[in-house]
Amino acid sequence: MLAKRIIPCLDVRNGRVVKGKNFKDIQDVDDPARLGKFYSESGADELVFYDITASNEERKTSLEFVKKVAQEINIPFSVGGGVSSLDDFKYILRSGADKVSINSSAVKNPKLIKEASERFGNQCVVLSIDAKKNDLGSWSVYVKGGREKTDLDAIEWAKKGVELGAGEIVVNSIDEDGMKNGYDIELLKKITDAVRVPVIASGGAGTYEHFLEAAKYANVDGILAASVFHFGEIKIVDLKKYLKNNGIEIRTIERTIAKDKSENYKK
Amino acid sequence: MHVIIDYGMGNLASVQRAFEKLDVETKISNKIEDLKNAKSLILPGVGAFRDAIKSLEEYELIDAIKDEVAKGKNIIGICLGMQLLYQRGFEYGDYEGLGLIKGNIEYMDIKLKIPHMGWNNLKFKKDDPILRYIKEDEFVYFVHSYYAVSDNSELVAYAEYEKNVPAIVRSENVYGIQFHPEKSGETGLNILKAYKEIIEK
Repeated sequence: MLAKRIIPCLDVRNGRVVKGKNFKDIQDVDDPARLGKFYSESGADELVFYDITASNEERKTSLEFVKKVAQEINIPFSVGGGVSSLDDFKYILRSGADKVSINSSAVKNPKLIKEASERFGNQCVVLSIDAKKNDLGSWSVYVKGGREKTDLDAIEWAKKGVELGAGEIVVNSIDEDGMKNGYDIELLKKITDAVRVPVIASGGAGTYEHFLEAAKYANVDGILAASVFHFGEIKIVDLKKYLKNNGIEIRTIERTIAKDKSENYKK
Repeated sequence: MHVIIDYGMGNLASVQRAFEKLDVETKISNKIEDLKNAKSLILPGVGAFRDAIKSLEEYELIDAIKDEVAKGKNIIGICLGMQLLYQRGFEYGDYEGLGLIKGNIEYMDIKLKIPHMGWNNLKFKKDDPILRYIKEDEFVYFVHSYYAVSDNSELVAYAEYEKNVPAIVRSENVYGIQFHPEKSGETGLNILKAYKEIIEK
């Protein structure tokens, strides 16, 4: 059976990881490759790097980190943030990423989803949706890092994205993001019911139970979180044990390799 | 020297890096001369069967690969590369494959989500040296929408995803891996480590 994926998300600016000052286990927390490797050896199933580098000129250099990550880790990873053209896709994939995620630019230019999936395959086109509940009881799509509301309905947009060729949907709940109250199960459920590609839950993780709820009740394929992992509040190994004990299909690393290697970083 | 066949389909660097970690010297090439001199061949690939086979044709590599395999040289196809080893592929039409393994590549017509993407555990069908360093039910990373359909005589290991999805196949000196060993963590490396022993014998 397919395992539910546990996915740490790392924000990168100018080639360095931002956020997460609280790592006890590794020395250089600012290095995306090093942190990626740490997570990969701790049992993460996949990594998401979100490049928040401000300008396009800087981004070319900034993406050098993708190559380094690809050299260091042997699990799949995706890169997003500011992707707006087929060339961006090409550059990121050539640098060694397995998937590319698009958000605002896909809303602005839905054709990009189609062209990218035709050229690179739908498995590497991830549509990331920032959604917020509106007064009508449905969810509106937001762009530009959640600052700008659009007329799009999140569920309809997810369907449209898949029609156009998106191979995976990441659903970020703006309401829940950073609140640590749990994922937006209602929204996630509606989206997993509406599309036949993998759906990744994002926004709201605070406790083990939140991951379990998302896996159990929202039928998602992957669960993404940032701060709970970065600040060491939740250890991936422990989380996976918990989920497995609660009947969720999870990839566990039985060997002690991951643990042994992480010892090297402690000093 | 083992040659990773470069026919313009996908990122070969991660496959090369995985072998590098195991101290297997590889060369990325599409030169027939290199294929001839190679100790073994590695055929990776991401994308569609049609494009891949066309690309192999354009580089005039099809006969070269077949000749080397006929001489008894080892070849391992990874992901799309494994699919190309079969006789026919039905992605965007009906295309002839390398025909090194009997069977066809068909769309996974199932109720579960497509692509079959993520970590799936392996079930063993028969004993093979390539399984030497892994245990049954270890997880590996899959990304594909088409799968091999055959009489299963070549089946070594499979994944359960509504259907039994061939994951590791072998017909004498021809090996195929449907998932991405280079993206499958320690398990993937351990599979390649066993393969290393096979090709370095």
